[in-house]
This record gives sequence, structure tokens and C-alpha cells, in this order.
Amino acid sequence: MLNDILQSIPQVLIDGLTLGTVYAVIALGYTMVYGILELINFAHGEIFMTGAFIGTAMLIVLTGIGWVSALPAIVMLITVLLLTALLTGLLGMGIERVAYRPLRNAPKLIPLITAIGISFLLQDLVRFIAELKKGNYIVTGPSLFTSQIKINSSAISSVFNDASIKSSFIIVLVSAIIMMVVLDFFVNKTKWGMAMRAVAQDRETASLMSVNVNKVISLTFFIGSALGGATGVLFAVQYGTIDPYIGFILGLKAFTAAVLGGIGNIRGAMLGGLLLGVMEMFASANLTLMTGGVFGAEYKDVFAFAILIIVLIFKPEGLLGKPVAEKV
Amino acid sequence: MKKLWNAYSENKLFQGVFLLIFIAVTSLSLYLAQKSVTAFLLLLSSLLLLYFTKFSNLVKWLIAGVILVVLLPAAAGGGDAFESYMEVATLVGIYISMALGLNIVVGMAGLLDLGFVAFFAVGAYTYGIFATGQASNFMPFGTYPLSGESFWLFIVLGCLAAALFGILLGIPVLRVKGDYLAIVTLGFGEIIRIIFNNLDKPVNITNGAMGIASITPPKIFGIELIYSSQFYYVVLIILVFTIFTVRRFEHSKIGRSWKAVRENEIAAQSMGVPLVRTKLIAFAVGASFSGMMGVIFAGKQTFVDPTSFTLLESITILVMVILGGMGSVPGVILGAAVMTILNLQVLAEMTNWLNELSSSGAITIPDALSPSKMQRLIFGALLIVFALYRPKGLIPAKNPVYKEEELVSSKVLDMKQDQKVQA
Amino acid sequence: MNIKKSLSLLLTGSLAFGILAGCGKDSAGSTSGESSSGLKVIKIATQTPLSGGSATLGEAIKLGAQLQLEEQKEKFKKLGYELKLQPYDDQGDPKKGVANAQIIGSDKQIMGIVGHLNSGVAIPSSEIYEKYKIPMVSPSNTATDVTDRNLKSVNRICGRDDYQGPAGAEYATGNLGAKKVFVIQDKTAYGTGLADAFKKSVEEKGATVVGYEGITVGEKDFNGVINQILSKKPDLVFFGGLYSEGGLIIKQAREKGIDVPFMGGDGLDSSTLVEIAGDAVKNVFITSVAGDTEGTESGKKFAENYKAKFNKATESYSVYGYDSMGVVLKGLEDAINSNGKKMPSREQVMTAVRSVKDFQGAVTQVSFDDKGDNDYAKFFVYKFDDAKYPPAFDAEIPKK
Repeated sequence: MLNDILQSIPQVLIDGLTLGTVYAVIALGYTMVYGILELINFAHGEIFMTGAFIGTAMLIVLTGIGWVSALPAIVMLITVLLLTALLTGLLGMGIERVAYRPLRNAPKLIPLITAIGISFLLQDLVRFIAELKKGNYIVTGPSLFTSQIKINSSAISSVFNDASIKSSFIIVLVSAIIMMVVLDFFVNKTKWGMAMRAVAQDRETASLMSVNVNKVISLTFFIGSALGGATGVLFAVQYGTIDPYIGFILGLKAFTAAVLGGIGNIRGAMLGGLLLGVMEMFASANLTLMTGGVFGAEYKDVFAFAILIIVLIFKPEGLLGKPVAEKV
Repeated sequence: MKKLWNAYSENKLFQGVFLLIFIAVTSLSLYLAQKSVTAFLLLLSSLLLLYFTKFSNLVKWLIAGVILVVLLPAAAGGGDAFESYMEVATLVGIYISMALGLNIVVGMAGLLDLGFVAFFAVGAYTYGIFATGQASNFMPFGTYPLSGESFWLFIVLGCLAAALFGILLGIPVLRVKGDYLAIVTLGFGEIIRIIFNNLDKPVNITNGAMGIASITPPKIFGIELIYSSQFYYVVLIILVFTIFTVRRFEHSKIGRSWKAVRENEIAAQSMGVPLVRTKLIAFAVGASFSGMMGVIFAGKQTFVDPTSFTLLESITILVMVILGGMGSVPGVILGAAVMTILNLQVLAEMTNWLNELSSSGAITIPDALSPSKMQRLIFGALLIVFALYRPKGLIPAKNPVYKEEELVSSKVLDMKQDQKVQA
Repeated sequence: MNIKKSLSLLLTGSLAFGILAGCGKDSAGSTSGESSSGLKVIKIATQTPLSGGSATLGEAIKLGAQLQLEEQKEKFKKLGYELKLQPYDDQGDPKKGVANAQIIGSDKQIMGIVGHLNSGVAIPSSEIYEKYKIPMVSPSNTATDVTDRNLKSVNRICGRDDYQGPAGAEYATGNLGAKKVFVIQDKTAYGTGLADAFKKSVEEKGATVVGYEGITVGEKDFNGVINQILSKKPDLVFFGGLYSEGGLIIKQAREKGIDVPFMGGDGLDSSTLVEIAGDAVKNVFITSVAGDTEGTESGKKFAENYKAKFNKATESYSVYGYDSMGVVLKGLEDAINSNGKKMPSREQVMTAVRSVKDFQGAVTQVSFDDKGDNDYAKFFVYKFDDAKYPPAFDAEIPKK
């Protein structure tokens, strides 16, 4: 049994990392907004979804134009990524302005209602547009980067089987790493990043230190949503097919990942996302084996949530979160 | 106008007369125009009007009782739409009860719970499993399905089972706070749903995704309850019980402890509030209401399957609580009623109407934008509008205010009395 | 305080008034039961998910039904009736379904229902239809419990799980010679029912089931389960579920080099499957109760009309919706004729629908047995040879 599990480990790791990267980048959006406003932005999953649709639409249009499709696919993808990020970033700012800012002094949970409202609105708007244009809202983008790369992991040790990687995975991974590193640098090393951290720590004091709180919050939403939208494009490239309801499940998982890593903590979100992806993939590939067929792959979410709960029981502030001393 | 309003809000007589006229007109119009959902809703909203009058609590309760027990069924009962109205009223009752339960956990004790529907599921499945042949798959004794009379016992059992699950969930809660708690409860809710969805093997307990069909309908004095109008009265009785219990809890020692924990855990602890027990009781009590309604739901639908208990459902109940005003019992009742009626009746009627317009050619809409598909869109938009214009909830919670000079020792005994009046 | 009070009153009040004034007026106008042209109005309702996750399928049913209804409008006009379609959105939620069913029951003009998509909604809602004696014809509920409760009002034109599963198993073990089978299901009532029936019957026929796994609907990454297929090396993979997940599983499996045949039920029968899976769809087999859409004149005509009217490609369920509505209208017509052209009662329509015999729809043939199951529910097997829809007709498996 152990042998079987070990054999598939390289492939499971690769697939888990693919999914985990997506979780991680979406989790960033949750964590940034939470860190600064203590608000669970439930609409973030829908921003991701909108990004996926905008990106796919652009890719479809671009591959349709003769001279553009002659360009290397990677150039096209980068253009689309940047444009989508810009658009979803603006969308995120708009949502903040309309649905969250007027409620900043309301009880803490009220923005949850507007967030859910925005989610429904975005889902249906995207669906209507897709249906109007295409007649069907399950959209499959042009297939790019589909070649498979074989990894000779059996050469490392004979217990492993060979694994294969879809080349789009490399693009997803590289873009995600670039995004995370840039974000980490931005938050920790730049003036705006410092302002963001200041607002996260204490909004009022920050405003006294001549930090423009509204601007900083807008910026946070812009960055978080831009990352989410860009991930949407990457997701569409990796998995090919999207529909207006992907945001809910993925958003939920990403939120879980953010909490697992310690909400409000950017590196924690990355770690949490990757961990959750690998855990899920491991569970769905091996649960049947491990339990002798009593529990199957359908219990993978139970497995993931159980681990989350256990982690939180023993480390209530998440893996990388710092315990906050409560002020009395 | 303002003057008129002031006169109205000061004078009991005015209010009484106005209320009476309002009720009479709406119930008459409901009786005459059977299909008019407007009349039905306006009749229901007379309860809201009643809440804002200056009558004493007893009078309010009495009038509300007359409206709900006699007037509403009688006015709606004149025609074909009767069962349809009663169905909506029954579901409103079920949701109000659940929202009140969640209100204890979220609104009073301040513990954000995103997996609340799990308790509803526990209640529903408790009755569903034993009132069908399902139980004989794993129970070594007894003959199943149990008869419809056992339903009444199961209301209590469902309540207890849900309370037990509430405590089970509460245990990890002791360490986790705030939004971490939210995600733990969310995980718990999902775990319960997935388990119910998969417990058809190794032993077939819940029949998995196929759901449990043909549940024995409840029976009382030899009458089988199969119509919504019959369940309406069952729900009404339990609802009254729920509201009464919640009210009593709110102003009891434990209710005060919940609020203390919500406001400041450490301060509460230092004042001698036992944290563990207080939180666990909040979970257990909140869950038990939900469990009871789960049993009724199973009896009414005669079918349960895991699709009724998704995360979205938990969030919907939470929205009812927040929308109504956290911690405020009348607010939560209003919130639950508005949300349920909106979703089940108003949106359906509205899209039907738009559909009628577009099919008769008054307005032309491409099929991709057909109004019958817009329910969730409109729902979402309305949620945003509500939240933006009533950020503290529809009826915000009021904390009783005590005047300092009244709090001398001799008056302390009267405090309970005062509080009731003010609340 | 007063302002707040009045505001809350105003909000609820104006909401109720503003929105419903229209409905009230409208329904008041229609109580007379006569339309502007002086014809008596008969409404047929559809109840399927039109918003939420499975809206695409629910809408396909609705549009199919709508097309049928509009085609027959003229015929009923000559009989003196005006047909209207009343679509309801059940959102795939049993509570909503039952509440809508009550609304449908209270609207005396509604004489029949086409729906639902989900068995979980159909079962509790049909209890209500039974009380009001409104005939329901289901285009897609394959769960056995739907008709096994012996309700007079419930009929379906599609096959039952316990026919479809064995039909697939027979083809898999016979024509394809499968010995080791991997079964995946989507953990919904449809997927579980179909996959369980397939598994049971394929084991009886001597093949081994090397894996039986569930996936989560709505997800897009199924590599975990696919890795299991990879290590178990089956010679056939069966998927019980819908095309949106099925397409991705097929695509992702082929990317990993699994080239054994895939098989699925009528849930995979959709042009979107080809769109999602692309070239990977080759060597995929589906069982379906629908006859060859391309093969028959009526099927072709339907597909063309549908495309022309709605600017959409047909889905498998659109043609079932079309034929279900056909059955309802046939029953209605019979009831009107046998009632001397007078308005029939719901009960008469219900009996007439149940006794429909040898109805020839666009792709299905319908005769109901005494439970409301379709006597003609024989299964056809289709194979995708190229990445195009519809797939090629391959075999016919009679009902056992």
C-alpha cells in the first residue's frame, strides 16, 4: 500500500502544486483585504471568475485576428494577463467604492450582505453576457501550451513512477511566483506598502500620520483584485473550460487556505494555498487506498477541512499568523 | 405631515383605529382577490405595524395571535391559492425559527457561524431515517418505518440531536476566535453535508445523494398531516415557543453572559462568566431550534437529500440575521420573513409578470436575458440596497438603558420588570 | 427614531406595493380566464433551474418546451384555446421547487408541467402536483424513486437508472469487451443512481470494477482521481454525471495518456462535451434514450428550428424538453377532444397524458406504463469518432 502511494507521489505533487498555486494567489486577495479592513471579501471569488472570462474573451478575439495569432503565444498571454489584471483591479476598486466604503462604520458583518449581493450580480451579469454573445455560458478558450513534458522521476529512485507536466503549468507557476515575489516586495519595501501595513495596524493613527486611508484601501482592493483576475486567466489557460460559477468553490477553498496560513499574512496565504492544493490532491488520489475502500475520493474535502480544523485547534492563529495579544 | 405623524405616534387610539382599518382592508382584499400576493403581504405587514404601536406586550401578542391563527388562514382560505400562501407562511416560520437560533450564536454571543444549516440537516435526517425503512439497515431492533405519531417525539429528539452536535462543534470553538471560528464552522458544515452525501456505504444510513424519499407524514389523532396549511399550525406553535424561549434567554443570566462575552471576552471572564459553558450553551440552544425545524421540514417535504443543506443555505440564514439586525429578536424575525418571502414568492411572481409582459409583446427581451432567469440577480441587487440603506439592520437591537438613580438597592428588584417594558 | 421607523415601513411597504401592484393587476385581469382575443387560456408550466449552477440544462429544457408550445399554438387556436408557457425557476432547490409547485397548483389555468431537472426537486414537488392532479412529464429524472411511488400525475419520457446502467454495462462488456472497469460518479442523485446501476450490472456480467470514486460537482481539477485511473490501468472508464465535469475528466485523462474508451449516460449527450474535451472526445461512448437526432427528419428539423429561434446549439435536454411538452400537449388535446371541445378538468388531462400511446416525438417514442415510465425506453449507444457533435449511432440495446 505504502508502495502504491509512493509511486504516485511525484505526479500527485505536481498536480497538487498546480491547484495549490491557484489557491495561493486567490488567497492573497482575501488576506490583503482582510488584513487591512478585517473584512471577508466574499465577492473575491467572483472577481477571479470575471477575470477568467475577460481573459478568455480576449484570447478568443486575439487568436481570431490574423496577424496577432502569428505572435508567440507567450507574448499574447502576457498582454492578456496585464490587461485583465488592470480591468479586474478597477472592478475591485469599484466594488469597494460602492458596496464596502459606505458601510465602513456599520457593524462588522454588514458588508457580508453586500458582498453576497455583489457575488450574485457578477455571476448573473457574466452569465448573461456570455449567453448573449455565445449562446452558452460554459466557455472553452483556445488551447494554448498543451504539450506534455515527461519528468523522469523514476531515475531519482525506483519507488517513484514517472510524472508528466502540462507546459501551461510551468507558465502558471512562474507567473504566480513572479506575482507573489513582486507583491511581497511591494508590501514590505515600498512607501505605499508601508502605508498599507500602517493602515492595517491602526487605521486612525495612520490617518493622523498623513496616510490617505481611502486611497490605501482602494489600492489594496486594486492589487488584490488584479491578482485575482490574473489568476483567473491563468486558471482558464490551465484548465481550458470556465463557467460563471467557478468563483464560489474556488473562493471558498482559497479563503480556507488564507485562514490555514494565518489570515492577514501574505506569506501565510501562499503557504496555505500550496498546502491545501497538495493535501486535496493527495487525498483524492490515495484515500481509497489508505482506508481500504471505505472512504473514497469524495471525502477529500472532509480530509482537507479536518486537517484545517486540527491545525486551528492547535495553532488558532494559523500556520504563519502571529498570536495577537488582546487589548483589554 | 410631521404633525400628523407625531399625533399618530403618540396616540394609542389613533394607532388602534388605523391598525384595525388596515387589517380589515387587507384581509378583505385578500379574501376577495385570492391571487393578489400584494394583499397577502400587506396583511402580513400589519404585524410589523402592530409591533410599532404603543400597546402593551400582552395586547400585541393577542392581536398577533388573532391575525395569525384566525384571520390569515381564513382570509387566504377562500380560494385556490390557499395552500400556496400557507406553504410560504410555513417556510417563513421555519426560517424565522432557524434565524432566531443563529441569532443566539452570532447576534448575542458574537460567535460567527457559517455552518449553521448542518443542525437543520441533523434534525431533518433524524426523522427521515427513522420514518422510512432506512433505519432497518443499521438498527438491530425495532421495525421501521416508525408510524406518523412518532413525529411529535422526534421533534424533541431532533432538538436534542442538534444540540448534541452543537456541543460537539462547540468544543473546537473554545480555542478558536473571530474569523478563524467562521472557517471552522464552515468546515464543520461542509463535513456534515459531505458525510450525509456519502453515507450510503459501507452501511447505508442516509441513502447518499439519492436522498430519503417517502417519509411517513406526521399523524395526530388519526389525521395525517399532508397539507401545508396543517403544518402551518405546527410551525406556528413551535415558533411561539421559540420566540418565548429566546426572549426569556435574552433577559436571563445566561443571556447577559452571552452579551458580555460578545462585547469583551476577557472582561467577561474576569467578572466570573464561565467562558466554556457560556459558549457551549449558545451553540447548543441555537442548534436545537434548527433541529426541531429540521424534523418538521422532513415531515413536510416527505423527502430529504443533501442538496437542501448547502453552504449557500447557511449564508442565507446568516444574511437573515444580519439584515434584520444582529441580536435583535424582532429584527431577525423581520429579516427572515423578508428574505424568505422575497425569494419564494415575490421574485417568482415578479419574473412571471415580466415574462407575461415580454411574451405578450409589451416589451421585447432576448432569450438570453429572459426575466425568468433573473431571480438571483434581483435578489442580489435588493440585498445590496437593503444593506446600504439600513446598515444597522431593519430593526436594530436595543439595549435596555438604566437610569443611574434608579439603580439604588431598593430598585434592583424591579429591574427585571423595567427591562421587559423597555425591550 | 420616527424617521427610521417610517423608513423601514416605507421600504417594506413600497417594495410590496411597487413590485406587486403589477402582479395583482395582471392576475386580476386573467381571472376571467379569457385572453384579449376571446380565446380561453391554457397554461403549461415548466419548472427547471434557470439561475444558479445547473441553469444551462434547466434552460435547455425550457427552451425545448417553448419551441414545441409555440409550434402547436395555431392548432390549439383552432380548438378555441390559447396556449401560454409559464416558466418557473426552481434553482435546483427542493424548497423552492415545492413553493413553486404550490403556486402552480393554485393557478387553475395551468394544465400540465414539464420538469424537473433534478430528481431531488422532482420527488417532493410531485407530491404537490399529485394533490392538485396536474400531470407532470419529466424530461430528465432518471432516479427510480420518481415513478416508483406510483403517483398518477408523474410520468417521464427518459429511461430509468436501472435500465440505462445495465444497457451501458451490456455494451461495455459485450461490444467493447471490457474486463477491468473504473467507475467515477459525481455524487449527485443522477450520477450515483446511474453509476451504481452500471457497477452492479457490470459485475454480474463478469467484469471487475477496479475503482469506484466520487468527484465534486463544480470543480475543474480532477487529476487526483485520474491518477488513480493511471495506476489501476482499467480498459474502460465509466462516468456517471453530466458533461461539464465529464468533458474535463476526459480531457485531463487523455492529457495524461489514458486512451481507453470512456463511457457515460445521457448526461454526457451535449455539444458542450465536444467543446470542452476537444479532440479528446474520440473513443467516448454514450448511452441515450434519444434516437438519432441527425438520422430522423423530425430530429433534424428540430435542431434547425431551435438554432434559428434561440441562436443556440441544442443540448440533449432541449430535445427531451421538446418531446415532454409534445406529450403534455398530446394529452391535453386528447382531453379536449374527448370532452367535446370543452375545457377539460385537470384530472381529465392527467388521465389523458398517462394514456398517451405511441407518441412519436422528435427523437423519442413514448407510451406510458401504469407507473408512468416510458415503455419505449430502449437505449441507443453513440460513439464519438471525431471531435464533432452529434456522435455517430453505434448500437441499439432493447429494454430488458
